[in-house]
Amino acid sequence: MRWLSDETVAHLRRVAEWPDLGDTKYRVLEELGSGGMGTVYLAEDRVLGRKVALKVVGPGAASPEIAARTLREARIIARLEHPGIVPVHDAGTLPDGRMFYAMKRVDGRRLDELATETPLPERLRVFQRICETVAFAHAHGVLHRDLKPENVMVGSFGEVLVLDWGVAKILELPEEDPPRDGGPATPAATAEGMVLGTLAYMAPEQAEGLADRVGIASDVYALGAILYFLLTLHPPFEGDAALARARGSSGSAPLPANQRTPSTPRPLAAIAAKAMAIDPARRYLSAQDLAADVAKHLDGEPVTAYRESVWEKGARFFGRYRTAILLIAAYILMRSLLLIFYRR
Amino acid sequence: MPPDTDIGGPGGDRFPATRRSAVLAAQSEDLVERERGLATIVESYWKPVYKYLRARFGESNEDAKDLTQGFFTRALEKEFFAGYDPAKGSFRTYLRVCLDRFVANEKKAAARAKRSPGSALLPLDFDSAEGELAMKEPPDHLTMEQYFHAEWVRSLFALAVDKLREECALRGKDLPYRLFERYELDRDPEEKLTYERLADEFGIPATQVTNFLAFARREFRRIVLEMLREITASDREFREEARSLLGVSR
Repeated sequence: MRWLSDETVAHLRRVAEWPDLGDTKYRVLEELGSGGMGTVYLAEDRVLGRKVALKVVGPGAASPEIAARTLREARIIARLEHPGIVPVHDAGTLPDGRMFYAMKRVDGRRLDELATETPLPERLRVFQRICETVAFAHAHGVLHRDLKPENVMVGSFGEVLVLDWGVAKILELPEEDPPRDGGPATPAATAEGMVLGTLAYMAPEQAEGLADRVGIASDVYALGAILYFLLTLHPPFEGDAALARARGSSGSAPLPANQRTPSTPRPLAAIAAKAMAIDPARRYLSAQDLAADVAKHLDGEPVTAYRESVWEKGARFFGRYRTAILLIAAYILMRSLLLIFYRR
Repeated sequence: MPPDTDIGGPGGDRFPATRRSAVLAAQSEDLVERERGLATIVESYWKPVYKYLRARFGESNEDAKDLTQGFFTRALEKEFFAGYDPAKGSFRTYLRVCLDRFVANEKKAAARAKRSPGSALLPLDFDSAEGELAMKEPPDHLTMEQYFHAEWVRSLFALAVDKLREECALRGKDLPYRLFERYELDRDPEEKLTYERLADEFGIPATQVTNFLAFARREFRRIVLEMLREITASDREFREEARSLLGVSR
């Protein structure tokens, strides 16, 4: 009998946790990753002959509440038919008693991994796509409530997908159960990195567990936090600051993005700051408004979040019409030279 | 009806009930059946018992060997396990309590391995257990109960790996086992081993690696659950042990 190290035993435990797909049409091929509520496997749909991602509630997390939440997540995603949201194909209970749902398999990379290798304009375009998807969800009465770079996937063909709708809330329905990470953070909860990571992007009203104040503005805050990350490559709150928020001191603003990373254009830093305003009423009214301000900056127009000085206006004007200004300047210079030449 | 378990599903009937519980067999009045049950229990528990004796009581390896032999021999003779009531807790806990009592009695009598004359020694490979102890000392952060549980899991998985190898060999499926061994057991955590690299190593297409590994993992899970079914006395205990074994890692 061979000796198994602690690491191998832990690994075999995960292998033995593989779902029993029994007589279903799915066959598990490999594990893709695991999170708080379950594990995602690569599986083959044997009837249609295609690969799918199968999210299965973990045995350790199995409880009627979590099973119900998983089914709810599947239903929420199913009602949001949008190119930025991974479609759900199927949902149900596996023969071994666990809840599952099957969704389209996506090849791509998480935004937090990709951001460091991507130039800022491209990051901003990805951000606009995230805003569009979130705006679509809001228009259909769904709040995401756990927006963060780790929950955004950029596909190999440039598609931008917002993932993990496990704690989403349907606006017209009463709250079914408290959000996984939305309640007041407890010491036990803060012991888990996942909760901390989420807190770094969470609106103050959500971090404080004020469920009745969590709304579209809370998702707008999280989008602002994602923008902050895309500008600085750091979450707005890290380490002790994130812990302080977990303990209830969430009413503080992060260091402005242009102070964190001096190369950040001030208008963009201001957009992030406005989206992350502590008072929800001072944030953008919608994800579209936030995306529109970013689009203005990309188009060289003034943004609503930032009042420019005359010099900045001039610089922006020059930046926007650089080619035309240079052509006119070259034309005037040529004309002047010709005039001087002929006068001689 | 909603499932009442995350492992076995309603009634647990998705899982092997073909092998009779070794725990129930060990309680049988039929000596042959009792010996069969005890043999399975010994196979699953002797290493955790031996290591527990060494770690908890600080027994020398010779004393721990004698006590391990004595414990299981006495269990057969005195029908230790006949008193096990599944309603009161897991068999694993019951066995550990029996072991604690046995050691206390043995110490009281100041007699090592007090076996009846003529009792046959069980064929246990203590050298391997001692070698494992040398490789990994009991960690300070675990209680003795946790240590016993951890060693029991290690022993169960190691037995399941052995059974997987034997079954694969019998069914002419050596390659799936070798892939499982390479990818799941022998892989260095630092090593970036992909299915493509594995396919190159074994000279087969990557799709076959995926399929063979999926087969071996399914079989491994089946064997673990079968063994668990065998060393528990009731459906409820089986489900609880399965949940504890497969669910606590998250």
